[in-house]
Amino acid sequence: MRGAFFRALLALAERDHRINLIVGDLGFGVVEEFARRFPDRFLNAGIAEQNMTGIAAGMALSGKIVFTYSIANFPILRCLEQVRNDVCYHNANVKIVAVGGGLAYGSLGATHHATEDLAIMRALPRMVVVAPGDPAETEAAMQAVAAHAGPCYLRLGRAGEAKVHPGAIDFQLGKALPVRQGRDLTLISTGGLLETAVQAAELLHRAGLDTRVLSMHTVKPLDANAIRAATRETGAVFTLEEHSVDGGLGGAVAEVLAEAGEGPLTFRRFGLPSAFSSAIGTQEYLRAQHGLTANAVASAIASILAKDRTFAATSAG
Amino acid sequence: MTMPGVSLQCEQSAALAKKIRRHALHMIHRAKSSHLGSAYSMADLLAVLYGKILRINPHKPDAADRDRFVLSKGHACAALYAVLAERGFFPKEWLQNFYQDGERLAGHATHVGVPGVEVSTGSLGHGLPLACGMALVGKRDRQAYRIFTLLSDGECDEGSTWEAALFAPHHGLDNLIAIIDYNHIQSLGPVKEVLDLEPFAAKWKAFGWAVREIDGHDCAQIESTLINLPFEPGKPTCVVAHTVKGKGVSFMENKLLWHYRSPDAEEMALALAELGGGE
Repeated sequence: MRGAFFRALLALAERDHRINLIVGDLGFGVVEEFARRFPDRFLNAGIAEQNMTGIAAGMALSGKIVFTYSIANFPILRCLEQVRNDVCYHNANVKIVAVGGGLAYGSLGATHHATEDLAIMRALPRMVVVAPGDPAETEAAMQAVAAHAGPCYLRLGRAGEAKVHPGAIDFQLGKALPVRQGRDLTLISTGGLLETAVQAAELLHRAGLDTRVLSMHTVKPLDANAIRAATRETGAVFTLEEHSVDGGLGGAVAEVLAEAGEGPLTFRRFGLPSAFSSAIGTQEYLRAQHGLTANAVASAIASILAKDRTFAATSAG
Repeated sequence: MTMPGVSLQCEQSAALAKKIRRHALHMIHRAKSSHLGSAYSMADLLAVLYGKILRINPHKPDAADRDRFVLSKGHACAALYAVLAERGFFPKEWLQNFYQDGERLAGHATHVGVPGVEVSTGSLGHGLPLACGMALVGKRDRQAYRIFTLLSDGECDEGSTWEAALFAPHHGLDNLIAIIDYNHIQSLGPVKEVLDLEPFAAKWKAFGWAVREIDGHDCAQIESTLINLPFEPGKPTCVVAHTVKGKGVSFMENKLLWHYRSPDAEEMALALAELGGGE
C-alpha cells in the first residue's frame, strides 16, 4: 500500500500544484522522489507532530492541499488536539496518512501498534476515515481523498500487500465495495485484512456457506445502506478489522445494526481485544495469536452460525 | 487596503486601546465571564496592530493579500472582538451578545461567522504552528503579506510552541512576527513560580529569532517597533512585550484575581471612571 500511496501522490502532485507533502522525519527510501521532484511542496517538519499538524492546517487555510505522513499512531495521537481543533474544526484540507496501521509494526511493541486509530479518528467531526484493503483501493482512495475538500485520515498497511480485486474497482468514499456475492452471511472487512476475508469466504464456501464479502474501506462516513441490505439479505453479519473491536469498524457497524431494527440477526466482531498486546512478533504472528487468520475466522463463523441457526455446519478448515 | 502611516503620535492608538478596554469591561461584566486581565494586558498591542500596522480591509476580511493575525491566547478574545468591531469588521452591537446563548461571539476566539477572526483558538500552544504554516506558504508563493501572532507567556509552557519556535528560524520565515504578551501571571500564579521562562528573550534569540523587548503599553514604542519588519532579513521576528495583567484599571493591575473575576456593577463603575466612561 505504501508504494501505491506514493505512486498516486506523485501523479496527483503532477496534476495539482496545490498538493504538498509534510513528513514527520519518517519515510526513508520512499519520500525522496517527491522531495526531488517537488522541492517547494515538500517539507520535513522534524520529529514534531504537533507543529507538523498545525503547519498543515495553516497551509491548508492558505489554499493548499496538505498530506501529512508518518507511521502508526504518530500523525494522529501525539497531535490529536491539533487534528481536532486546527484541522477538523477549521475544515482544513489536510489528509493525514499513517503507514503501519494495525499490527504492521508488530515486532516493535505496543507503542507502535496502531489499534485504536479508527475509533479515535471516527469520533472527530468532519473527519473522513479510510482504510483501503489492497493497493488498488489505496490508489483509488488517494484520488478520492484528494478530491474531497476537507479532513481525511488514510490508514495504510505496509508495503507488499497482495492485490485482492481482480479487476477495476468503482471506489467511492462512503460506499462499500462488494468483493464477493453471497446469501448465507456477510463478512465486512476494513483495511489490510481484506485478503483474509476473501480467503475465509472461500473456506466457508467450501463448507457450504455462501459468503458475501464487503470491503468497507471507508469507516466514516459508513455505508449504512450496504450494512442494512446485508442484514436483510443474508441474516448474519461479521466484521473483520486489525483494530480493537471497540469503536472501530465493528463498533460502527454495531451502531447501525442496533438502530436498524431489522433483526433477528447473528452479529460478531472479529478484531483485537481492547488490550495492549503482551506479545510482540510479526504481523502474521500477531494476527494468528488473535484469531485473525482465514482459517480461524472461517471456523469461528461456521461454529457461531451452527449454533445460532441450529444446523450443523462442517468445520471449515 | 489600509496602509499604515508612519506616526509616532500615540493619541490615536491610546484612544483605541481605551475603547477596547471599555468594550471588554462591558462584555465581560454582562457575560459574567473571565479573562479581563488577559484582555487588558494586550489591549495596547491590539490597538497599534489594528490601527497602524496590519494591512487589512474590514470590507474584505478574506482578501488574499491581507496580513494575517492569529490570536493564540484565545481566552483574551473580548479585546480582539472589540478591536474588530471598532475597525468595522462587524457591527459593534454584536459585542453585546458576547457569550450569549445562540450568538456567535464565543468565550474563546472563534472564526465561525465572525469576520476578521482568522482561526479559532482557546486551547493554548496552537497559534504559532498555525502561523508558521501560513508563513511558509507566504514565503514559498512569494506573497507580500505578513503573519502576526500574539501569544501569552503561559502558553510558552506548551511544547508545541517550542516546536514551532525551532521551525520558523530554520525555514527563514521572516514574514512571521510573534508577539508575546509577557504579563508575568498565568492561571495559578506568577510565571516565575509556576514554570519560569527566564531568560526568556534569550531563549528566542538562541532559537534563531530576531528579538526585541519592549514596553507593551507604550503605543509609540510598539508602533516604532512594528513599523519596519522584519527586524532582520531571513529571521522570524519576536517581540517580547513586557505588560501588566489588568493594565488600565488600577485595582486590577498585576492581580491574578482578574484572570477569573467578572466585575460587578460597583467595580465596573470604578473601572469605567478610570477608563474615561462610556462604552
